[in-house]
Amino acid sequence: MSIVEMIERLGAFVLDGIVDLGDFALFLLYSVAYVFLPPYKPRLWVRQIRIIGADSLFLIILIGGFTGMVLGLQGYNTLRRFGSEGALGTVVALVLVRELGPVLAAIMLTARAGSAMAAELGSMQASEQIDALTVMAINPVQYLVSPRMVAGVFSFPLLTAIFDVIGIFGGYMIGVGLLGAPSGPYFNGIAANMSGHDIMISLYKALVFGVVVMWVCCYKGYHAERMATGVSRATTEAVVLSSVLILAFDYFLGSILL
Amino acid sequence: MSQPESNYLEASAQPRQTAGAGHAIEVRELRKRFGQQQVLDGITLNFPAGELTTIVGPSGSGKTVLLKHLNLLLRPDSGTITIDGDDVTKLSGRALDRVREKLGMLFQSGALFDSLTVFENVAFPLVEKTNLSREEIAQRVSETLKAVGLEGMDDKYPSQLSGGMQKRAALARALVHRPKILMLDEPTTGLDPARTRAIHELIRRTQQNFHLTVVMVSHDVPEVFQICDRVAFLHNGKARLHGTVAEVLAADDEVFKRFVAGRAAGEENETALEG
Repeated sequence: MSIVEMIERLGAFVLDGIVDLGDFALFLLYSVAYVFLPPYKPRLWVRQIRIIGADSLFLIILIGGFTGMVLGLQGYNTLRRFGSEGALGTVVALVLVRELGPVLAAIMLTARAGSAMAAELGSMQASEQIDALTVMAINPVQYLVSPRMVAGVFSFPLLTAIFDVIGIFGGYMIGVGLLGAPSGPYFNGIAANMSGHDIMISLYKALVFGVVVMWVCCYKGYHAERMATGVSRATTEAVVLSSVLILAFDYFLGSILL
Repeated sequence: MSQPESNYLEASAQPRQTAGAGHAIEVRELRKRFGQQQVLDGITLNFPAGELTTIVGPSGSGKTVLLKHLNLLLRPDSGTITIDGDDVTKLSGRALDRVREKLGMLFQSGALFDSLTVFENVAFPLVEKTNLSREEIAQRVSETLKAVGLEGMDDKYPSQLSGGMQKRAALARALVHRPKILMLDEPTTGLDPARTRAIHELIRRTQQNFHLTVVMVSHDVPEVFQICDRVAFLHNGKARLHGTVAEVLAADDEVFKRFVAGRAAGEENETALEG
């Protein structure tokens, strides 16, 4: 391969990347814009909030509980070395609210709802159902993607808050109930050391993760290749890219909101 | 057909200048390229109002791509498509939606929504695009299901229907909003000969009952010639022949004859193998 060919291929690769990135950005712009443009379909919003939010509740409670229990176990054993078992509540709550709650809840929601969403939209694309909407003069982005965006914005912060609360009780159950950390300082420490700012960090992160997960999963499903392998590839890419972006945004948001 | 037999050979090279009246769809010099491949290469065709036109041609000749231009899923690189007097290549937004509302489309796969029942699928365009009351919608859906022979199937999901029934349900959904133009993309794909005949008869009956302009892409050559008024034969991205069935069948065109003979021979071989 000559130098010129290599440069041509590199140029084509970069140009394709820029076009894809622009397409990705426009997809977000349209899906958000169509939330505010008629026709309004609140029943579709409610349906998606049920699918993404309410149907994920048990999973969030389960994972939140176990995460808090692990934090209670490891936190107690670490703090006991320094004779600081009384700080267990503060440690569990701050770690959960500022970091683990939003990140783990978002990753769990990606695994449960995001993957299903990418597969569903990919399957609709492959079976021409999205084309059918277009031919019926129904905007597919407005009908399929915008309600999911609304559901993500509502569901992620609420589920993250539930994850945090259940996790704190999980930590209490193991740290105080099982291992014998002092009961009073657990909740008093949380009340004394956790501020409204910490809680807002959790909710801001959850909000951003909600948009990111819906954006990526819908985009990947919507643009899936029209074949069975296209749907599976879209689903895998949606979960992987969402997870990576959740961690990347967690770092940047953490730096900004510190 | 309105021109001598010799003139509709290589029709795209010598486009007919026809008045808009009488033609539901007019396609002029339509070109579309995907990468290095010129899929549509200057197609010029008319689809007369109230007639059933079938687009035939070998695989890769551009039939489905042409249909996707006619139903406005794809934009051409150049050329015009006039539907009911509007040049749709220049339209966007609500103006384009208004033209789309005149169209009904039956996709190759049926494209029924998996999560909805037959009734909900057929009612979908009315629920989403009209202000009809529930009773009016129920009545309209019921009438349309009856017209396609699917009474009593309201509560079934698409996965509970046979291939032929799915096509009928999809046809009902395409008809329920009373379109002026119906487009069908290989409506008998995957069906056995008996069901293929039944769907063909249903399409013809529906076209006549609803006074529709129908554009159908089909592989069922030569059987489909029995139900259509006109034929357009695409080859290498061009409309090589178009006219009434009799005119096209009488045309002295070796490529078309080989295509029809090849189709018939292929079916005979399949029948022999099955036997």
